[in-house]
Amino acid sequence: MTSLPTSTDKKLGLVIDLDTCVGCHACAVSCKQWNSGGLMAPLTDTNPYGADASGVWFNRVHTYEAVAENGGGDCASHTVHFPRSCLHCENAACVTVCPTGASYKRSEDGIVLIDEDRCIGCKLCSWACPYGAREFDSDQGVMKKCTLCIDRIYNENLEEVDRVPACVSTCPAGARHFGDLGDPNSAVSALVRERGGYDLMAEMDYAPVNKYLPPRQRKTTIAATGAPAELTPAPGSDQPFLRWLDKALSR
Amino acid sequence: MNPAYSVILFTTTSGTGLGLLFLLGVLGPAGVLPLERGFGVAAFGVALAALSVGLLASTFHLGQPGRALMAFREWRSSWLSREGVAAVATYPATAFFAAGWVLQVDADGPWAAAGILTALLSFLTVYCTAMIYRSLGTIHQWCNGWVVPNYLALALMGGVLWLNALVALFDLARPGLSLGAATVAAAALALKLGYWRFIDTTHHRSTAESATGLGHLGKVRQIEAPHTNENYLLKEMGFRVARKHAVKLRRIAVAAAYVGPMALSFLAAAVPGVLGDLAAISAALLASLGLVVERWLFMAEARHVVTLYYGSDSA
Repeated sequence: MTSLPTSTDKKLGLVIDLDTCVGCHACAVSCKQWNSGGLMAPLTDTNPYGADASGVWFNRVHTYEAVAENGGGDCASHTVHFPRSCLHCENAACVTVCPTGASYKRSEDGIVLIDEDRCIGCKLCSWACPYGAREFDSDQGVMKKCTLCIDRIYNENLEEVDRVPACVSTCPAGARHFGDLGDPNSAVSALVRERGGYDLMAEMDYAPVNKYLPPRQRKTTIAATGAPAELTPAPGSDQPFLRWLDKALSR
Repeated sequence: MNPAYSVILFTTTSGTGLGLLFLLGVLGPAGVLPLERGFGVAAFGVALAALSVGLLASTFHLGQPGRALMAFREWRSSWLSREGVAAVATYPATAFFAAGWVLQVDADGPWAAAGILTALLSFLTVYCTAMIYRSLGTIHQWCNGWVVPNYLALALMGGVLWLNALVALFDLARPGLSLGAATVAAAALALKLGYWRFIDTTHHRSTAESATGLGHLGKVRQIEAPHTNENYLLKEMGFRVARKHAVKLRRIAVAAAYVGPMALSFLAAAVPGVLGDLAAISAALLASLGLVVERWLFMAEARHVVTLYYGSDSA
C-alpha cells in the first residue's frame, strides 16, 4: 500500500547541526561505504575512475554562503556546510505517487523505504521529492534512497553504541544526531526545542521528520567569548629566569 | 525537467487516440458520424493503434519494464496507477463499442451505452495523465490549474483533427466537423497561451532561502557543490532549455500544433473535394508533429525545486 500511515509509533530521524558541521563529507563517504554492502547494495557507480564519474549517494554535502542584505556588520556573511539526505517526511509524496507499492512508509518507526523487487524504475517518486533524496540506479534500473541504516539501528550483532546510522556514527564534529523525534522527552527532541530546529521548505507541507539546527548567533566581541575584554601585558616577573629572558630579549 | 522521449511519445499519441475514442463514443451514438463499416475499422484501428503505441512507449523509460504490470496496484493513492487502470479499462469498452459499429453497423441501445462508457473512460485516462503532473507540488510549471484543461483540450484537438482526416479519407466530408476542429484548435491555443503567461509571470513559492532555512542570515548562494560531476538529480531535474530556444520552440509549437491545423481546418470547411480532404489530412499530420514540440517544451520548461539546492534563483 502506498497510502501513508495516519500516524507512526515512532518518528525516527536525524537532527543535523549546521553550526558544527565542518563540511568534511565523512557522513557521505561512510554512508556510501555502509550501504554499498547493506540493504540497498550495491550503490552503483558508473565510470568511477573516469573523467565522467557518476553514482548513487544518499548524502550530499553542499556549502552555502548567506550574505546579509543590509550589510550586516560583523555578520555580513555566513558560510554554512549543509548535508542533504532523506528527511523521512510524514507527508511523503514520494510514497503516494508510487504506482506499484514499492515505496512505503513504515507505521512502526516512520522510516521511508523502497522494496527494490517491486520498483519498476518509473522515477516518479524522485520527481515528487523536493529534497532530492532519491537517486536512480541506472545499473539496476531501480530507485535508491536512504534507509536510515535500518540494517544498523536494529542490528543486534552490533554493539549498542553502533546501532545508529553510519553518517551519525562517523561524524567527527558531532553534527548529526539520531533518535525518536516523536518522543518529546528524547535527546533529539530536546535539541530541537533548545536550538530552534526547523523544517526545510516548511511551506511545501511535507512535514519532514529530520530537523536542522541553525548556526548559532555569532560572537563578535572578545567578552562574548568568555575571554578578558582586553589583553594586558604580563606583569614584571620575580622569577630569575624570566627576568634574565626579558633582559636578553630587550637588548 | 529532462524531456524523456518515451513520455513525450506516450502522452501525445495516446492522448490523440483517446481523444478520437472519446469523439467516436459521443458522436457515434448521437448519430452525427456515418455508421460505415470501413470507416469504423479505420477509426477504431487508428485510435487503438495510437493508444497502444503510446502505452507501449511509456514502458520504454522504465528501469524495469518487465515489472510494468505491477503499476496497476496502487490506484488508491497514485495517479500514475490510476492512469494505467483507466487506460486498460478503455480497451474492453472500446472493443464492445467497436464490435457494434463494425460487425452490426449499429450504435444504438447497448452499443450506445458502450460508446458512452468508452468516451467516459477515455476522458478519465487523459484526466489521470494530466493529474500525474498537476499533483506534483515540486514543480510549479506543472502544479497549476492550467495543466489539466490543456491536456484535455489537446487530446480533444488531436482526436477531432484525426477524425476529420479519416472522414475526409473515406470521402464522407462533413463541413461541420472541420469547423469544429478549427474551434477546438483555437480554444486549445487560448489555453496554451494562458498557461505560458502563467508560467512566465509566476514561480514556485520556495526559494534557496526556504530550502536551506538560512534566509534569516541573508541571501543564500551555493559556493560549493556536493559533487564535481553531474549526478542523477541534475541530469533528470536540472535540465533547462535556453531562453532563446524556448521562444523559438514556442513559435514552432504555436504554428504547427495550433494555428496551422486551425487554418487547414478552415480550408477543409471552405473548399470541397480533394483539396479540402488534403487540407483535413495535413491538419492532422501537422498537429501530431506540433504536439511533440509542445510536449517537449512542457517537460523542458518545468523547473524542479531541488534545483534550488544547486544554485537556482527560483523554480
